[in-house]
Amino acid sequence: MTATPALVPAMAPVTRSAASMAEDVVLDVEDLSVSFVSPQGIVPAAREVSFEVRRGETLAMVGESGSGKSVTSLAILRLTPPAPQCRIEGRVRLRAGDRRVHDLLALPEARMRELRGSAAAMVFQEPMTSLNPVHKIGDQIAEAVRFHSALSKRGALDRAAELLDLVGIPDVRRRMSSYPHQLSGGMRQRVMIAIALSCEPVLLIADEPTTALDVTIQAQILELLHDLQQRTQMALLFITHNLGVVAEIADRVIVMYAGRVVEEAAVLPLFKRPLMPYTQGLLRSVPRLDLAGRRCDELAAIPGNVPDPLALPPGCSFAPRCAHRVPELCDARVPLLEGAGAEHFVRCARWASLAEGAPP
Amino acid sequence: MKQPEALLEVRDLHKWFPLRRRLLSRAREVVKAVDGVSFDVRRGEVLSLVGESGSGKSTVGRSVLRLTVPTAGTIRFAGTDITHFSRRQMRPFRQRMQLVFQDPYASLNPRMTVEGILAAPLEIHGRAASRSDRRDKIEEALRLVGLLPQHAARYPHEFSGGQRQRIGIARALMTGPELLIADEPVSALDVSIQAQVVNLLVELKRRLGLTILFVAHDLAVVGHISDRIAVMYLGRLVELAETRELFGNPRHPYTEALLSAAPIPDPTFKRERIVLAGDIPSPVNPPSGCSFRTRCPYALPACGEARPPLREVAPGHFKACIRDDLRLRAPG
Repeated sequence: MTATPALVPAMAPVTRSAASMAEDVVLDVEDLSVSFVSPQGIVPAAREVSFEVRRGETLAMVGESGSGKSVTSLAILRLTPPAPQCRIEGRVRLRAGDRRVHDLLALPEARMRELRGSAAAMVFQEPMTSLNPVHKIGDQIAEAVRFHSALSKRGALDRAAELLDLVGIPDVRRRMSSYPHQLSGGMRQRVMIAIALSCEPVLLIADEPTTALDVTIQAQILELLHDLQQRTQMALLFITHNLGVVAEIADRVIVMYAGRVVEEAAVLPLFKRPLMPYTQGLLRSVPRLDLAGRRCDELAAIPGNVPDPLALPPGCSFAPRCAHRVPELCDARVPLLEGAGAEHFVRCARWASLAEGAPP
Repeated sequence: MKQPEALLEVRDLHKWFPLRRRLLSRAREVVKAVDGVSFDVRRGEVLSLVGESGSGKSTVGRSVLRLTVPTAGTIRFAGTDITHFSRRQMRPFRQRMQLVFQDPYASLNPRMTVEGILAAPLEIHGRAASRSDRRDKIEEALRLVGLLPQHAARYPHEFSGGQRQRIGIARALMTGPELLIADEPVSALDVSIQAQVVNLLVELKRRLGLTILFVAHDLAVVGHISDRIAVMYLGRLVELAETRELFGNPRHPYTEALLSAAPIPDPTFKRERIVLAGDIPSPVNPPSGCSFRTRCPYALPACGEARPPLREVAPGHFKACIRDDLRLRAPG
């Protein structure tokens, strides 16, 4: 499950502000900001988030709670609460299966509803709460199929059976008439994936799809997603906090912190040569299975806590926890997301000087 | 298994939960949450119980604390059989064994200040001689877990998840326990905070000479913190060994699969992954013989005949599997 270079043809450097989308780009997010109005004030949940996901590519979005990763994914499909409580700015463009480009934030709700589920679909963390407990599995999948196609009820049920088989559910005929509570967590997540895939979306957004599952089941679901992607060439935006899962499934990675993208790179450079001190700290703080029992020293924890979104630091949001902070540099203003090599971007005022001092 | 002194001895522990009787069914069904588990926790060590959901690891922890009455088996704490103790008889023992909960949001009373939360165990067990003694003890506990004395006046909602877990640990330390049972104490925390709390537990163990029974599902965390690890599957122990031995030389196919399924944060790390088929079977009706055989890639017909006993296959290394001919793979 590593980067497959063949899927990402060599091309001119990506310029973020380009008006036209490159041919293989399925999702283009530009300066997306999401904020919520709360009694305490305006909470900026995601700020100027920009990225692209290409056909056949898996982009992992990593971050801790409150980093804005889920809000970003919900805003892409316009699933955040409506206007007065929640404000969305920026531009989100999706190239649907028919190659037409849609400006998602400008679409009327009725058009958006057609695209949701057909061109872009989503899988959530908690498969129990995402399924309707009083309807049979088969009917729930068939409903999704019929919403987006002209199939008859019979045809839709056949398609549902096909989909359940595709996601590796044994004994399909019996499972079609099961209720969600009769399935295990892993099975339910497979059903959610079947519903998401029912209309062959070009983009699948998976928000922590394996977090509620046991490791052996997580391995099954990751393998399933990978196989399905190979088959359909869909673009996958995978949101997770688990760096192990990222290493396994991602082609490229975006690291989020306090609502902003702080680093973006292909999976290998991100793990081997992370430039943002937050990414470095995150990687060091994870206990390693392959080193277990071999070292008794402390884990390199990142001191302090994630900042309060209502009282963000004036400059770099990570500065208060950063060992490399230089107050006059880091607290002066929010650093820009700078290019630091081939498709490697980092938001740190000191990345260049830190990289010089770092071992190669 | 009996080298240094065992602080906790669990023998043949069973905990069965009866299900509601179904109409027309004669036999009364039971969930065999824990089905014959034996292990020792030595003084000053961290023993981890790992397993997936439904493996019975939390039920073992709760039984050890006598928060639930075992169906069968014995639990000895510091040489005393506490299996059938009444609430009153348990009381002096409760001070010596304390619990750290998983969810730092649900396990602290939102209407009590930190001082009130930490004072409760002192009052229940009559351990504070005077008001100033009480304040000293609270301050000491707060310092021990890396918080400040002035935090005592605040309420839980004023703290982050990691800080709340520190408060939960401080509360467990108030009675000066010998044994700490930590049930998934870091799984609700963010990665960067998880490391802080793991480090704190390791430090407390060293400084206070605590014995810890650590219940968790995350093998990487468990591998970092434990001296020995016991792997559970469907209410039974399938393997028990020292950490390094278990990770370097797993002897049970389930351990091998667990290790192989845990994602490693290194994209250059190549391995052939063993993906187990299916789900964990129902503990109401576990498979005959070895309960793992339905998902085991190495199962033989003989595996269904008798339940494999947990036996010592190398010094200090126990496993419950009849196949000794396997060469299992370890990560790293």
